[in-house]
Amino acid sequence: MFKFFLIKLAQLVPTFIGVTIVAFAFIRLLPGDPILLMAGERGISAERYAQLESQMGFDRSLVVQYLDFLKGLLHGDLGNSLVTHAPVMDEFMSRFPATLELSLFALAFAVIIGLPAGVLAAVKRGKTLDHTIMGVSLTGYSMPIFWWGLLLIMLFSSTLGWTPVSGRISYMYFIEPVTGFMTIDSLIAGDWGAFLSALHYLILPSIVLGTIPLAVIARQTRSSMLEVLGEDYVRTARAKGLSNFRVIMVHTLRNALISVVTVIGLQVGLLLAGAILTETIFSWPGIGKWMIDAISRRDYPSVQGGLVLIAFIVMIVNLLVDLAYGVINPRIRH
Amino acid sequence: MALLDIEGLSVRFKTSSGLFAAVEGVDINVDRGEVWSIVGESGSGKSVSMLATMGLLPWTAQVTADKMAFDGQDLQQLSSRQRRRIVGGEMSMIFQEPMSSLNPCFTVGTQIDEMIKQHLGGSRKERHERALDLLAQVGIPDPARRIKAYPHQMSGGMSQRVMIAMAISCNPRLLIADEPTTALDVTIQAQILELLLRLQEDTGMALILITHDMGVVAETAKHVVVQYAGRQVEKQDVKSLFANPRHPYTEALLSALPERAGDQDRLPTIPGVVPGQHDRPSGCLFNPRCRYATEHCREVEPVPAPDDPARTLCHYPLEDGVSPSPAAAGVARDNPQSSPHREVRP
Repeated sequence: MFKFFLIKLAQLVPTFIGVTIVAFAFIRLLPGDPILLMAGERGISAERYAQLESQMGFDRSLVVQYLDFLKGLLHGDLGNSLVTHAPVMDEFMSRFPATLELSLFALAFAVIIGLPAGVLAAVKRGKTLDHTIMGVSLTGYSMPIFWWGLLLIMLFSSTLGWTPVSGRISYMYFIEPVTGFMTIDSLIAGDWGAFLSALHYLILPSIVLGTIPLAVIARQTRSSMLEVLGEDYVRTARAKGLSNFRVIMVHTLRNALISVVTVIGLQVGLLLAGAILTETIFSWPGIGKWMIDAISRRDYPSVQGGLVLIAFIVMIVNLLVDLAYGVINPRIRH
Repeated sequence: MALLDIEGLSVRFKTSSGLFAAVEGVDINVDRGEVWSIVGESGSGKSVSMLATMGLLPWTAQVTADKMAFDGQDLQQLSSRQRRRIVGGEMSMIFQEPMSSLNPCFTVGTQIDEMIKQHLGGSRKERHERALDLLAQVGIPDPARRIKAYPHQMSGGMSQRVMIAMAISCNPRLLIADEPTTALDVTIQAQILELLLRLQEDTGMALILITHDMGVVAETAKHVVVQYAGRQVEKQDVKSLFANPRHPYTEALLSALPERAGDQDRLPTIPGVVPGQHDRPSGCLFNPRCRYATEHCREVEPVPAPDDPARTLCHYPLEDGVSPSPAAAGVARDNPQSSPHREVRP
């Protein structure tokens, strides 16, 4: 198992190098220039431009700049933001927990609703319930996030007044950040009111962000369940006189989960991408909003650093998914 | 009272082109401790009729029977909960593909334990002991180690032994074995059959062996049901079946045995294949492949004669190896299937 882990880890290295190249090149391929953007409409003299360019290191060749970026990366240094001059790592880390908290709640929502929905649809295949679940999930999958978010805000926040429109917690509370997770920090502070408030603020963004993964998980679960239900060993389970519940939940679901877990792992990348839109809609102070600002300001170190960190997180999640396989599927473990 | 008493069993599948009768009019009545065999080619509905008895067919199947009773309990009237108490406990089944019949996610021990827990109960330790005993009983070496193995770590023969251990774990009164040796090596086939027969003798359970191998029938069964295209064409005890087959299909199956073919250069075969859903002939279903078929056979569906204990589904059942059919006049007794590769007339 440990060897399996090491092999998987080694396989990540080339991927990671590729990511650094893409992240580095991507922001420089965009038209626009951080110095000109900073100068604004008044313009800038050629001498001052050259001075700033050499100060920021942009006068060196791209290869040298890239190697410099890699060198910093190996030391855990992603450089400083051109706008705030604070280390990119600090900027990222101060915002990342907000995004992670939102993504985890969205994923939990997607799994808790999507998995049983998929199982139910498979068990009731061809019946009205199956068609309903699959129809709703297709609608959810096809819906643009920003539109769906605005729709929910209009209904639940504006019309019904059930949920807040934006932010992470009511202004009545101030919670000292420890983990950066508002829910956990409020529990650490022992403030139940703050905890409930944080949950209250999480509901709508989680639903919006979790809708597409939910649809994907439900559909994958259904098709995977249907495939496994036709297997010989499911017939054996029935021949043992087991209850229908046990045949479905133990013998079928356990095997169907193998492909569902892959899909859940792949959703994490999508969640982080989707978080950018969701955070913008709900003014959620996470990395999504931060990245959008950094791109529009051509803040090269922030963008490339942010991309590399996000890619790194997605890769780690996929590694964990591979490990989860081993736990679920003994054919891989042995 | 028979242990398993089935009369007029029919199974129809819903298909896109309407209902397809996979099994029709099958009767079987197995007494305690008897060994039965159901024979026929692929597609003759052997497995389907037994899966219907166990209640293991998919939802597209419609099962009907005039009578379907196990130990006096009407299987059709039982609630699914009551029926599950019988299935696996008193009546269990093993299948053709041992490798895919075990759940790849659980160890052998877990899968046997689950069945014991379901029907017999007992403490964890007692169940573990029983599972070890069972594995030893079916001839698995080093049960203490094998009990922790996953199905993919075992060969087909070992998997089938585990399936057998599981099937007999709750002391069933009837074991149905659906072509248990078809997927195995020839050398293993004999071992598995021997094992099944030994367990049958030791425990006194009844055994229904589904097979397409007349050789296996001769070595194992006391009573035989011959099925063709979903119909039961003949039912006899094994001795009289081999001595005096009543249905031309049985006769043809027997003459295809190498031991019976004598000195002929070519082993006799039955030309053609079992008709499927779309190419069922009118009249007797066997008529396109029957060498005694007459115009009458091609037009009128046969019914068993009321006084025929073998319930032969034929217009002209053979008497002492001779067919009373007018078409039999030209066929020599000593040379069945004089031209094995003749063209099949629809």
